[in-house]
Amino acid sequence: MVRQLIKGCEAIAEAAIRGGCRYFFGYPITPQNDIPEYMSARLPEIGGVFLQAESEVAASNMVYGAAGAGARVMTSSSSPGISLKQEGISTIAGAELPCVIVNVMRGGPGIGGIQASQGDYFQATKGGGHGDYRLIVFGPASIQETVDIMYNAFDISDKYRTPVMILADGLIGQMMEPVEMPEFKSDEEIKVEKDWAALGWEEGCGKSRAVINSLYIADGELEALHERLQARYRVIEQNETRFETYLAEDAEILLTAYGTISRVCRSAVDELRAEGIKAGLFRPISLWPFPSAAMAEAAKAESVKHLLAVEISAGQMVEDVRLAVNGAKPVDFLGHPGSQIATVEEIKERVRALVKEA
Amino acid sequence: MVKLKIERERCKGCGLCVRACPKQLLSLSKTGLNSKGYQPAELGDEAACIGCAACARTCPDVCISIEKE
Amino acid sequence: MSETVFARTKGLREVEMHYCPGCGHGIVHRLVGEVLEEMGMLSKAAGVAPVGCAVFAYNYFNCDMFEAAHGRAPAVATGIKRVHPEHCVFSYQGDGDLASIGAAEIVHAAHRGEKITTIFINNAIYGMTGGQMAPTTLVGQKATTCPKGRDPEHCGKPIRIAEMLATIEGSAYIERTAVNSTANIIKTKKAIRKAFECQMERKGFSMVEVLSTCPTNWGLSPVESMEWLEENMIPYYPLGVFKDKEV
Repeated sequence: MVRQLIKGCEAIAEAAIRGGCRYFFGYPITPQNDIPEYMSARLPEIGGVFLQAESEVAASNMVYGAAGAGARVMTSSSSPGISLKQEGISTIAGAELPCVIVNVMRGGPGIGGIQASQGDYFQATKGGGHGDYRLIVFGPASIQETVDIMYNAFDISDKYRTPVMILADGLIGQMMEPVEMPEFKSDEEIKVEKDWAALGWEEGCGKSRAVINSLYIADGELEALHERLQARYRVIEQNETRFETYLAEDAEILLTAYGTISRVCRSAVDELRAEGIKAGLFRPISLWPFPSAAMAEAAKAESVKHLLAVEISAGQMVEDVRLAVNGAKPVDFLGHPGSQIATVEEIKERVRALVKEA
Repeated sequence: MVKLKIERERCKGCGLCVRACPKQLLSLSKTGLNSKGYQPAELGDEAACIGCAACARTCPDVCISIEKE
Repeated sequence: MSETVFARTKGLREVEMHYCPGCGHGIVHRLVGEVLEEMGMLSKAAGVAPVGCAVFAYNYFNCDMFEAAHGRAPAVATGIKRVHPEHCVFSYQGDGDLASIGAAEIVHAAHRGEKITTIFINNAIYGMTGGQMAPTTLVGQKATTCPKGRDPEHCGKPIRIAEMLATIEGSAYIERTAVNSTANIIKTKKAIRKAFECQMERKGFSMVEVLSTCPTNWGLSPVESMEWLEENMIPYYPLGVFKDKEV
């Protein structure tokens, strides 16, 4: 494995290709443009197809078509563009198709701003589009972690026939870090049997023709879909929940954060420990499924007096933190929704105040 | 000899075949309804049918088939 | 020995279609099925059904089928075609789906010269939702959202899709036909065949706009509807080939 210095967006694109991505449909929007740009040059080199769609709406529906045709396909965008993609994403979820969606988040609502943000947590983890469905959502904190998640995202999506979203804040997309890029997955590894896909069909060939569809209008059909989806979601919760803790074992103040801001929290934890305050960090990596049980367990520890949720938003993941902790311990929030980012100093100050309170 | 077959149960009695027949041999049944409640099309003078398939080509429910012996 | 003059195509599944009596959709479905069968393409075909009256078209065509969100069939077809360039990929869309909510998708499928075929059913009204005004509704024609008839001062004049798409460089074959007579039905089938061939020869985007009827929402009998089509639609939407890259 070669260690290379690479920008987040480009790393996402290269890792996707090495993980089996062969089709990309996208539309320009800042700050994710390096992904489609990279794809437009790189995919044709390995026999794949990049296509710039006329809109995000069209791009997500092209992904639906390609996914139904059996391909490993992805799209990427940034917040306002992800809103436009929700039609296709809901359709893809309803049709039980696999694909990968990358959201390099910028601030909202509306056109918002182009600085990094975590304002799309609700949209990503609570459905986003219409209807009862889930995406598998990962919120990586470094470019290496983004690469590792992206590399395996197609396998996970294919396994569960459920779209995977990588929820990266703008910082992950735009900064450069040293990365060990994994080797190309072999053709055998990426060739997944998809007997439901539209690959062509002959009368009497023994299997039924493909009907790729999110319309379940006959009596009981929609209920049956949801029973299937919910059963699958329970398995995903069992298998794909991921998190990391840092000095959480004896922490009195337990920080919770995902993505780039978790790294600021980690620095704050180190500095607080140096001044004698027992701070720790709980970092969800999978945002859906949310590591509720593990977080509840960590919060239950006798040492923990207070939790502090830190985000680049007005407070979104904190709601899941509160649900997980379920009143066992007080949960405070620190965040900036306007694309400002809490500093180490700011976090330390808030933690000191919580210690005094305790 | 032309053998024209109308699938009575599939017919919705729209009458487009009646309009299309150059020999005016088709009409909607005056004697009975099919199970959907439509008056299905019927061929009158079978021997006069020339097998041009104009009726079959205009039938939106694809319920007419024609053979020649 | 008996000789088959006319039999149901293998391009359609053995199911009854849900359309209202006299609706033109069934005629065009049959033609598409026959052309796919005659070209030997059924085993390598993928169709994309729209939202609208033809929403269940995936139950009728005897090949791999997709159901698209409203207006997005050309985008879905694009995704399929890019994965299976050797397959015959078609979208089947009505006028609300294609000319209104899906205007961007159809224009850009044509603009890219996407090697897909679109079968566009123009019956000048939204059928499934209950007879609302479409971009193709004729001036003065009554609909449930223009109860006094379409007023061009208020909402413009009907859009001519075939003419518009023919101006786009990427379109290779564009024809408008109708289902009002046996002769025109035969012409429609030829046009569909030509459009599919154009796709398989990778010449570019192809579309057949078929003028059709909606007896239920027009408030006319099926036979009266065919006459209304002749008298009102054909004068505004002239039949013919608007683009043929071969010529």
